[in-house]
Amino acid sequence: MAEYAANGEQPEVLFWVGCAGSFDQRAQKITKAFATILDKVGVKFAILGKEEMCNGDPARRSGNEFLFQMMAYNNIQTLNGYGIKKIVTACPHCFNILGNEYPALGGNYEVIHHTTFLQQLINDGRIRLKEGGAFKGKKITYHDSCYLGRGNGIYEAPREVLQALDVELVEMKRCRSNGMCCGAGGAQMFKEEEPGTTRVNFERSAEAIDTGANIIAANCPFCTTMLTDGVKNKEKEDDVKVMDIAELVAASLAE
Amino acid sequence: MHLVQQILFIILGGAAVYLFAKKVSSIRRNINLGRDEKINDQSGRRWKNVLLQAFGQKKMFKRPVPALLHFAVYAGFIIINVEILEIFIDGIAGQHRIFAPLIGGLYPILIGCFEILAVLVLVSCAIFLVRRNILKVRRLNMKELNGWPRNDANLILITEIILMSLFLTMNTADLVLQSRHVEHYTNTTSFWITGNFTSMFSGISDSGLVGIERFCWWLHIIGVFAFLNYLPYSKHLHIILAFPNAYYTRLEPQGEMENMPAIQNEVLYMMQPELAPAATAEQPAHQRFGAKDVMDLSWKNLMDAYSCTECGRCTASCPANMTGKKLSPRKIMMDTRDRLEEVGKNIDKNKEFVDDGKSLVHDYITVEELRACTTCQACVEACPVGIEPLSIINELRRYLIMEESNAPQEWNLMSGNIENNMAPWKFSPDDRDAWTHEMA
Repeated sequence: MAEYAANGEQPEVLFWVGCAGSFDQRAQKITKAFATILDKVGVKFAILGKEEMCNGDPARRSGNEFLFQMMAYNNIQTLNGYGIKKIVTACPHCFNILGNEYPALGGNYEVIHHTTFLQQLINDGRIRLKEGGAFKGKKITYHDSCYLGRGNGIYEAPREVLQALDVELVEMKRCRSNGMCCGAGGAQMFKEEEPGTTRVNFERSAEAIDTGANIIAANCPFCTTMLTDGVKNKEKEDDVKVMDIAELVAASLAE
Repeated sequence: MHLVQQILFIILGGAAVYLFAKKVSSIRRNINLGRDEKINDQSGRRWKNVLLQAFGQKKMFKRPVPALLHFAVYAGFIIINVEILEIFIDGIAGQHRIFAPLIGGLYPILIGCFEILAVLVLVSCAIFLVRRNILKVRRLNMKELNGWPRNDANLILITEIILMSLFLTMNTADLVLQSRHVEHYTNTTSFWITGNFTSMFSGISDSGLVGIERFCWWLHIIGVFAFLNYLPYSKHLHIILAFPNAYYTRLEPQGEMENMPAIQNEVLYMMQPELAPAATAEQPAHQRFGAKDVMDLSWKNLMDAYSCTECGRCTASCPANMTGKKLSPRKIMMDTRDRLEEVGKNIDKNKEFVDDGKSLVHDYITVEELRACTTCQACVEACPVGIEPLSIINELRRYLIMEESNAPQEWNLMSGNIENNMAPWKFSPDDRDAWTHEMA
């Protein structure tokens, strides 16, 4: 982003990468897949790079409002400093915080989740998909993340992207507003689960595996991690892959 | 004889209304113990919620079977209240079926509708009893319902069955008395349901039938008065509070967490000290961060607690609960109400709240329960009357972290990383864009 600013230009959109997308090895692949798509279709985008900081979601959800406010303050200073208007992010937690919780703190941006962004690019004809792509007719189930689905009511955009890929979409029993959490939200990702009879991600992964799908499509780096672990626990990792929607699209781009 | 009945009725009715009003004002006082929160925006959307969620029971229909049964009981309850109005006027005026001559031919149709609803209510309540006690539907048989909550639920259902049976028996006896042209029994044409059962009573003398009719009439209305006064002590209070609760339910996206302006400003003044207001001698009293006890919650959280009818849809959809964790959103609401009632009694006794060494967190809701929440909002989504258990959980968690520094070690590490490395993991902030070097 600093380069754009130095040249006195504004990108079409700022890609907010997020901590998982930046540091987590699995999520980096999603980041790269999404960036590849943007490059390929010629979307002028920027990242904040080293200037990006955690948006504060795990701090706020765990109860540490002070730390959240500090992170939010710094990020809003940076974003407003660059005059950012439009942000796309591949993480529903970043999407929710930036879009819903920063406005009260003086950060007003148009924030779009990457699945919605991809759907728009497909609808606008900017993304051209391979005829008979890699996932055509493949049985795929879609996991609604809490903060994209229930949190913000976005259920259809990711499904429309999957339909554009000609996949056979099979729904889990608990889907859309009844969707079951992967177990990572509320800063659970960063601590051991409380004692129980099983783990949340085991329960959810089992439900996804039971659909008979070969791919579990996700829209969140944390869900991706949790479901991948759950699939491994069932020793199904050879038959069932957990992939982000951006990865599915990236692998289906027309040459 | 009529005059005695009239006087008795007026005394009884007056006492019932007085006691009910008194308890309602104490509940109102309790709800107002909560933090002030201004909720008066977007009245159009709020009325829409009242219509769809409260009147239309939109969210109930996610589960069609209980929704239909519940709708029958609800419609029956609301509509049969017109009959209660007639009974009330009759009781005061010493009349009998005062509406009959007023609306003539419509009257038997009206009563016929009431009778059909009464039968539907009766059958639905019987099925509800079966679901609770024989089929043992999981969400209706969890351990937080042991004791009073379970009895409360059964008592309500049995009461409704009795009330409806009395209403139907009363009408049957009435019809037989009418056919015998007994004085005082206004002649209407037959009623749709009870008209088919008059032969059951044909062998009973006039005075015997008057006895049955009066007995049922009195027991019915006494039952209604008793039920009215039972409501505020019961989970069944939702029949009233569901409506305001739907009005005041949050309109923001469910994912959005409530801001804390006090902390926002503290951070702002720390970063930009020039904006801080000059220190004055009058320091505002320390407001607790988050909530330790019911008084720290918002009044809407407290009204939520009184609106909860313990149906357990929240708990049935809670991922922590389904995987055997201690957290149950329903229990969060029940605990909040129980603690609030306790605080209310404390105030009644001592004129003002005297510290009893207890608090909502720890004594009612444990840290382990709070820590199990993934903030997935399934509980909020599931609630048919717009209750937000998550809001209470969030406030209690804020208290634990910010006032007690009570966090698991991993969360302390996470917070440390966010503070020092700007990410929840221990990575160098310099590597945040390292992935770009691997782009082709």
